[in-house]
Amino acid sequence: MMQKKLKGLSLQIIPYSEIEHLSIVERVKKLLDLILNNKIIILHGRLRPEEEARLIEDTMALVGHIKNFKGIELAVIEPDVYKANFFEKIKHGIAKSLIGNSVALTIIGPASVIKEIKRDPKRLELFLR
Amino acid sequence: MFQTLKNLTNKFFMLLFGRKKNIKIGFYGPPNAGKTSLANRICKDWTGEEMGIVSRIPHETRHVQFKEKVEIKHKGKTLLFKLVDTPGIATKIDYEDFLKFGIRKSDAKKRAKEATQGVIESIQWLDDMDAVVVVLDATENPYSQVNITIIGNLVARKIPILIAANKIDLKKADVKKIEMAFPEYRVVGISAKDGTNMNEFYAALFEVAQKT
Repeated sequence: MMQKKLKGLSLQIIPYSEIEHLSIVERVKKLLDLILNNKIIILHGRLRPEEEARLIEDTMALVGHIKNFKGIELAVIEPDVYKANFFEKIKHGIAKSLIGNSVALTIIGPASVIKEIKRDPKRLELFLR
Repeated sequence: MFQTLKNLTNKFFMLLFGRKKNIKIGFYGPPNAGKTSLANRICKDWTGEEMGIVSRIPHETRHVQFKEKVEIKHKGKTLLFKLVDTPGIATKIDYEDFLKFGIRKSDAKKRAKEATQGVIESIQWLDDMDAVVVVLDATENPYSQVNITIIGNLVARKIPILIAANKIDLKKADVKKIEMAFPEYRVVGISAKDGTNMNEFYAALFEVAQKT
């Protein structure tokens, strides 16, 4: 795990392999623990939809119970598989089944640090408070 | 397995009574997209009554609300729906955002607390839906993670989806952008406020209902 600090801003880069073996509860807990320490997480890979939903649920359960915690900002960027040709789709499918969805990048951080994440299909823009 | 059993039950009802049993249709989306406005429009069109209160302040709907036995007719066919209007799903809720609308601090805090519970309630109700109308504000960027998470969860649960691109009465509305963001789904541009394009919406709703 790599950690970078820029004028009080803390980025934590997590390879997919670090959460791969964890259960849904453990994954979400690990991410929320980092977020509650004011860290912005860059996850190499993406959560499954049900894990994203669980992350939102657990986040909402914490809002109002932890001082200054207002929730999270979350965004995922990944290659546009729907527009890819047949062979690219197969290549993506094989890669996904072998190493998990590690071609995607997920950015998650506390809403008290990240003001907004603007996303269009090809890029993410992070606006900090 | 559960979905297959549900489909068989629906088909059995169709054969037995000539129409489907109460199809549970959920209205999901981010806050202020117009979920309650659309549910109200449908209720008013077919029952003459409204379903819930709408407001320009986000998170007005903070509990799941229902309307049972809404009979909708389209091209000679009748379907019976149970409408389920859900609180908007968000990843952050800050009571200070409500203060800008002139709400007192204590009320804003109460609203924020209820809104967080509402988000949890919405997510927990996902499993109960037969089909879902994802209501998006056509004036907003559709690529928000909340939209993607909602649709991803519906796909994972094999729940049929219809996207309503709401607020097309506004100049900034861009239905094409929503169609480009979600090319695999049927997108219907509507205005729940003034009822524009509701006939096309009902036609699409019937198509989605057939998939349940």
